[in-house]
Amino acid sequence: MSLVLAAATALLFSLGTWLLLQRSLTRTIIGLGLMGHGANLLMLLSGRRRGVAPFAGSMEGHQIADPMPQALALTAIVISFGLTAFLLAVAYRSWQLTGDDLAEDDVEDRRIAGLRARLDDEEVADQEALAASQEDSP
Amino acid sequence: MRVLLPLPVVLPLLGAGLSMAAARRRWLQRVIGLTVLTATSAVSVAILVQVDRHGPSAAFMGGWRAPVGISLVADRLSALMLVVATPVLLAVLVFATGQPGTEKEQPAFHPVYLVLAAGISLSFLTGDLFNLFVAFEMMLTASYVLITIGGRADQVRTGITYVVVNLLASTLFVALLGWIYAATGTVNMADLSVRMAALPGGVRVSFALLLFVVFGIKAAVFPLFFWLPDSYPTAPTAVTAVFAGLLTKVGVYCLIRTQTLLVAPQDRPAGFLLVIASLTMVVGVLGAIAQNDIKRILSFHIVSQIGYMVFGLALYTVAGVAAAILYVLNQVILKSTLLLVAGLVDHGAGSSRIAQVGGLARRYPILGWLFLLPALSLAGVPPFSGFVAKLAVLQAGLDHRAWAPLAVAVAVSLLTLYSMTKIWGGVFWGEPELAAEPTDPTSAAWGATIPMLAATGALVLASLALAVFAGPLVAICQRAAADVLQPTAYVHAVLG
Repeated sequence: MSLVLAAATALLFSLGTWLLLQRSLTRTIIGLGLMGHGANLLMLLSGRRRGVAPFAGSMEGHQIADPMPQALALTAIVISFGLTAFLLAVAYRSWQLTGDDLAEDDVEDRRIAGLRARLDDEEVADQEALAASQEDSP
Repeated sequence: MRVLLPLPVVLPLLGAGLSMAAARRRWLQRVIGLTVLTATSAVSVAILVQVDRHGPSAAFMGGWRAPVGISLVADRLSALMLVVATPVLLAVLVFATGQPGTEKEQPAFHPVYLVLAAGISLSFLTGDLFNLFVAFEMMLTASYVLITIGGRADQVRTGITYVVVNLLASTLFVALLGWIYAATGTVNMADLSVRMAALPGGVRVSFALLLFVVFGIKAAVFPLFFWLPDSYPTAPTAVTAVFAGLLTKVGVYCLIRTQTLLVAPQDRPAGFLLVIASLTMVVGVLGAIAQNDIKRILSFHIVSQIGYMVFGLALYTVAGVAAAILYVLNQVILKSTLLLVAGLVDHGAGSSRIAQVGGLARRYPILGWLFLLPALSLAGVPPFSGFVAKLAVLQAGLDHRAWAPLAVAVAVSLLTLYSMTKIWGGVFWGEPELAAEPTDPTSAAWGATIPMLAATGALVLASLALAVFAGPLVAICQRAAADVLQPTAYVHAVLG
């Protein structure tokens, strides 16, 4: 049982990581959600004592399950639920503003890409000038 | 005394609720926000006085004693952080009320700001690792809202990076909590510091490193800082100032707390931290030099200065940790001030890009002074408070014979001075090279108002006061560091 859950945690984390690395915002958000589920499952797995649910009358003579990780996981689920909703709202705003849901490059990357493009253009222009001068003087 | 402990969290949360109810009356929201933060500041001072006199104190929520219930613990370190953080929050709120734009247009600003304040206070006070996660989420959720509050295209773009990075860090935190609970059966920090000793060495070291990664992302240490310089500058000025001054420092506080309380002396990754500290200092300052916008320059300096704090911590001596604490306190004030000044420049000149601004020293002499004093302090020029903090770090490094990081720290300090003179020469002297095109549409064509200048001036005076009272301040930082490195009193206060 634990092994199945551990494998599920691993699967959720790896799928989440893969989706997080995608450019599309929707996939990023789903990826974060999956990783959150993985973390919550891990939290549940960390319970150190197994047993029955602590319902009155049903637990005589039985050991009850460790309630602590369940409480913690519940808190984490509520938080990640709220934040996913917020992130979806921001992604929707981004879609409203830009018309697609791709994550944009940051300012620095764009500046460097701009410099690179300018250098490349100059290089091309230089080579063309060189080629032209070579044609002129055979 | 115990009654005081929950107040820095409860008061702002209560204020946030009231402020939400008063969403249609901005003046009432202002009264609530300013009253609550003034009261919280007073409570913080009272806590510091009590804790410094009688040692660490703990309060138990709902009457469930540790390790079952959530405990709030104040020792000298957390009280010092509170005493510096809450007045800065107050000053920035005063600035925001005088600033056209966000605060006036967004009814959500005041409640969210107070939730942020509550989250910051809770992360300083909590004695429970899971509650620290909750405090972080309170603080971060508020910061997500504040960073995207205008809904402009650049805010949304950088906001998404910020939210995704921090959510990832939070997910890692939850996973780490799961592992820690599985290994020890508790998430109470005092209880953990006792039970960690029984774990195998490899597990202890991996917990130490994971804790470092989780809080390193929040503190923006190399190589986990990449999200910071891009996301901070696009938020409204007051928000950027609070983020710059406080959010990363909460990360540093958690680094200091966990690396000393939860990590046993033989497991502390001192050499690793020294390398990280040096790289953080260098990469941050080099990034700052390559920038041409005041807010972006200052954002890279946040990263660079974090390196000094990690350097102090990495020594794991009383002098080193005391220097790190002093440095944090100092930076909370300096960074908020400088970012507020950058906001004032934005208002005075319509832009914060160096090429588009010039000659402000002649037009607004007060602004010149407001920038010059904290800038010199940041670069570590005597006799300002930045010099005192930097000297403390360097002396601690000298005692420990950490030559390479020392050399890096001195060189980075020179480069910081270069970067500050670049802003001074470009913005306050000289003439603008290009016509200003406002970077922030809400900031164009408004002059600085009295509350904005008063708030910035008060913070500058506070940073000068840190230099004047350097003696007692260093002494209390050393007592705080001694407490932190020898946490028996802390553990005793919680577990009894």
